[in-house]
Amino acid sequence: MATATVAATAPLSNGFLLRRGPNEGAKSARSLQRTKNQRQSASSRRFGAAVITAKFDLKPPPYPLNALEPHMSANTLSFHWGKHHRAYVDNLNKQIVGTELEAKSLEDIVIQTYNDGDLLPPFNNAAQIWNHDFFWESMKPGGGGKPSGELLKLIERDFGSFEKLCEELRAAAATQFGSGWAWLAFNPRPSDGKELLVVKSPNAVNPLVLGYIPLLTIDVWEHAYYLDYQNRRPDYISIFMEKLVSWDAVSAKLEVAKAQAA
Amino acid sequence: MAFRALLTRRTLAAASGLGANGGVATSFRGLQTFSLPDLPYDYGALQPAISGEIMQLHHQKHHQAYVTNYNKALEQLHDAMSKGDAPAVVKLQSAIKFNGGGHVNHSIFWKNLAPIQAGGGEPPKGSLGWAIDNDFGSVDALVQKMNAEGAALQGSGWVWLGVDKELKKLVVETTSNQDPLVTKGPSLVPLIGIDVWEHAYYLQYKNVRPDYLKNIWKVINWKYASEVYEKECP
Repeated sequence: MATATVAATAPLSNGFLLRRGPNEGAKSARSLQRTKNQRQSASSRRFGAAVITAKFDLKPPPYPLNALEPHMSANTLSFHWGKHHRAYVDNLNKQIVGTELEAKSLEDIVIQTYNDGDLLPPFNNAAQIWNHDFFWESMKPGGGGKPSGELLKLIERDFGSFEKLCEELRAAAATQFGSGWAWLAFNPRPSDGKELLVVKSPNAVNPLVLGYIPLLTIDVWEHAYYLDYQNRRPDYISIFMEKLVSWDAVSAKLEVAKAQAA
Repeated sequence: MAFRALLTRRTLAAASGLGANGGVATSFRGLQTFSLPDLPYDYGALQPAISGEIMQLHHQKHHQAYVTNYNKALEQLHDAMSKGDAPAVVKLQSAIKFNGGGHVNHSIFWKNLAPIQAGGGEPPKGSLGWAIDNDFGSVDALVQKMNAEGAALQGSGWVWLGVDKELKKLVVETTSNQDPLVTKGPSLVPLIGIDVWEHAYYLQYKNVRPDYLKNIWKVINWKYASEVYEKECP
């Protein structure tokens, strides 16, 4: 079983239930993510001696805001992306102005401000930007169905079956108390040979900070589902798995992860 | 249940003997279980500060789920304890904290709110009003402080006005998820708790938590807060 909540897990002080990865994992995760630097905007203008820089952009989802209807409404996207995600971007940009973080990639900021669990103020905004960028990519119009190829092979190897994976992902998403996320992640250095694992995390925490490579995420903060599903988080999770999840995106991310772990 | 049917909403609300446990407890195999306390007002009675839709979902779905899951966890705990299964007992602690805390906190919350015609929003008089002026400068200053801390809370949680019953001092605190105020200090007694989980405001205020915080004071039941305060600081 590749779930992160087996007995070998030590819960961290911030409640993030996960098997501990080796420290080298964090370093390789950082170098893996440098390709994502392309996403950042370094739009800066010089006015005399002053440099006005908006370091990070609000990246739109890879589909129109109404493309996930009726499973995730345009109304939800307009608030979730247009207000929540936008606020994280605006607030991080304000927070890092004039600091050394301004020169760093988003992933580097996430890992540095995670600070081994003793979170620094920019962590919440930085990680939430990263998480939401990743969340939009984890879905697609006409999503759902089953994975195939290498991804399916690994899922069957590490979970026993695709159904078992879905069960664990749904359970993690349903039992993450309060705000948080559920993930399918890739462990580049598994101690038991199992590269895929399901994890859940509170608030803004994500598997990057422990050296794992995220492959898929579902947002279970209430703002992600309340307008469409109210208190019915299990219904939202079901619809996510049946109609929204982009296994193509997961396969692509797995390929990148394996290439760089090799 | 026949027992519950005998009690009117107002009687339930006034029955301070229920304390922080809220709803009526029944016994089963010697194990006390809990039930959802009735609201002392209609779902729509706090409008426009809090919509009837939110009140109904919040009470009938969210609070009910905490009660149901708390009872389930208590039964499992009872089993584990009678079997002497220590790992199981320890494993159940988070479910008890989440769901028991949810029940405790929401039971207080419903008493913290009142329709305007029942005194909601009326500023505190008597010793609590005086203590607020003394410790914070004014009720306005207290409200600003609680709103700032409530807005800044990341994720889910509560913002509290409490009294330290040992030091006889008022405190403003936040707790995450469903942690009761007592997790911030064993001598802290909650006077007012404001739920800042998104389910408490999202349908009406969306992402604008500060607007929810600004408006909820119009229906805050200072009378109840004063009663609790006077009991701890006679």
